[in-house]
Amino acid sequence: MTAATSTVERTTRASRVGAVFGALLLAGLLALPLTREAGLMRMVVELIALLVLAQMWNLLAGYAGLVSIGQQAYLGLGGYALIVLADDLGVNPFLAVPLAGVAAVAFALPTAALVFRFHGGYFAVGTWAVAEVYRLLIANMSVLGRGTGRTLKAVFPLARETREVVTYFLALAVGLAAIAVVYLYLRSRRGVGLMAVRDSEPASESLGVDVFRTKLLVYLIAAFGTGMTGALIYLNLLRISPDAAFSINWTAYTIFIVVIGGLGTLEGPIVGTVVFFLLREVLADYGAWYMILLGVLAVVTMMRYPQGLWGLCAERWDVHVFPVGRRVRVSEPDEAASR
Amino acid sequence: MAWLDTVVQGVLLGGLYALFATGLSLIFGVMRLVNLAHGDFSILAAFLAVVTARALELNPLLALVLVVPVMAVVGYALQRLVLNRLLGRGILPAVLVTFGFSVIIQNGLLQTFSADSQRLNPGGIETASLALGGGLAVGWFSLLTFALAVVLLAALQLLIGHSAIGRAFRAASDDGETAELMGIDNHRLYGLAMALSLAIVAIAGIVLGIRTTFTFASGPDRLLFAFEAVIIGGLGSLWGTLVGGVILGVAQTVGAKLSPGLGVLTGHLVFLAVLLLRPSGLFSKSRRVD
Repeated sequence: MTAATSTVERTTRASRVGAVFGALLLAGLLALPLTREAGLMRMVVELIALLVLAQMWNLLAGYAGLVSIGQQAYLGLGGYALIVLADDLGVNPFLAVPLAGVAAVAFALPTAALVFRFHGGYFAVGTWAVAEVYRLLIANMSVLGRGTGRTLKAVFPLARETREVVTYFLALAVGLAAIAVVYLYLRSRRGVGLMAVRDSEPASESLGVDVFRTKLLVYLIAAFGTGMTGALIYLNLLRISPDAAFSINWTAYTIFIVVIGGLGTLEGPIVGTVVFFLLREVLADYGAWYMILLGVLAVVTMMRYPQGLWGLCAERWDVHVFPVGRRVRVSEPDEAASR
Repeated sequence: MAWLDTVVQGVLLGGLYALFATGLSLIFGVMRLVNLAHGDFSILAAFLAVVTARALELNPLLALVLVVPVMAVVGYALQRLVLNRLLGRGILPAVLVTFGFSVIIQNGLLQTFSADSQRLNPGGIETASLALGGGLAVGWFSLLTFALAVVLLAALQLLIGHSAIGRAFRAASDDGETAELMGIDNHRLYGLAMALSLAIVAIAGIVLGIRTTFTFASGPDRLLFAFEAVIIGGLGSLWGTLVGGVILGVAQTVGAKLSPGLGVLTGHLVFLAVLLLRPSGLFSKSRRVD
């Protein structure tokens, strides 16, 4: 018998190096509170929040082909859920963060029933319109402070340092969980189905993938992650208002991060978030020019390098830190024997 | 009588919304593209009118004659230089690129004109009104806007139904690839459609600027109202778009009458109700919303 043997590889050298590097980074982040640098910790929380938003939007647009321009709906709802749960219902404010994700899902279900009637470009505008509806509804509710918003009071009795450290660790956990969930989901059987749906709806449907349920699940996961992030952001900021929480800018930042970093890859949003933060530090004094530059960068990337920064690197050096595919290695029998 | 007045104001406002909606629906009909910067282009046109009216000491209504062709050229260039290069790559790149333009235009306007609100002043016509008897009066300018919307829609209907380019638009709408095989230059055709779309929305933007104040951030709301008018009326129906605009306009004025902060929200809610009860709109030619 001279049949070649084949093995299916699901890890790459980069993913093993990445795992080591990631573990080191995580150790560093876990030790950060020892420095007692509150400003630095707040910045890491903000960075993680944007990273999670980006991962969730990437899952929607890059993997399920659902281009939502209305994710700020779930960010705002999550933020307000935190205030209501912690201040009005007496729930522990840190426990309220995951519950805010659940609240976002509760709103996402009926919303999906409406916006899933649209496809492509009209889905984008439809999700945007629904986000405006949530903003205006909350801006008209006197219990929620109308247009002026509210302040999170439940954390006042806590020592400032306790609040900052717990918020920081909570953010780390949310960030890690978001990456892990997306990674494991994409590597799973359902993940393969999802990517098939993105590539061709009719073809995947004919192979037995339930297109509607696949998209709905992704939409709900994204709402959960985005809602939790909204709660995290306002646990960090303490002051919420409808105009800020439901601002389209959240989605604009998210889109620019994902497009510049690399749409449809897990590494892209991470690279994009780092680039976004660096640019923001450099261009802090230039006001609107910062957004103009980001917009131009995103347009040029979409036109010339749709694979984004990470995609360019991955193509050039064939590196995949988060391999979601399966690679078949065929080896000749004698070669296999000599190993 | 106060309520009748509110409804009449709403109907006339609907004419303006139809102006915003027509260009959006034309582009979607011809190439299945949704221009997320549609509203921002109309505000850009209004700012251009402010600048030309000031520089040449013109009446803003005359500035229209200059700004509308400029916006048509901008539309043609946008399509040929940017959007046509994304054809065949699915809907996602084009949607994201137009969203990028939306952010670029807004921040460009903010940087150039600051966040102050602006208004176009055509010298009296915007406040003149016509008494209809029984205490009912309508603004001349609102009436003119509505008439303009009707005339433009009729002209567009004629163009699409009875001209060579209209035939090409319809052919591209039905099946772009086959249209190309029949000798239609799709790239040029899409360029013309975008030029027409931005020309119409430039008119809408200038009319808006005469009716009310606007800022760099007024664009997204115009996009949403246009979209809602299109969906309420039903895709592919020009007169449906006018009815959609009127329903939205009436919902907003009635809502605002109930409580000043509720106008826009009531419009959105009526849109959602129509979407829930008649997903394909009131006068749709196609069975499916996509």
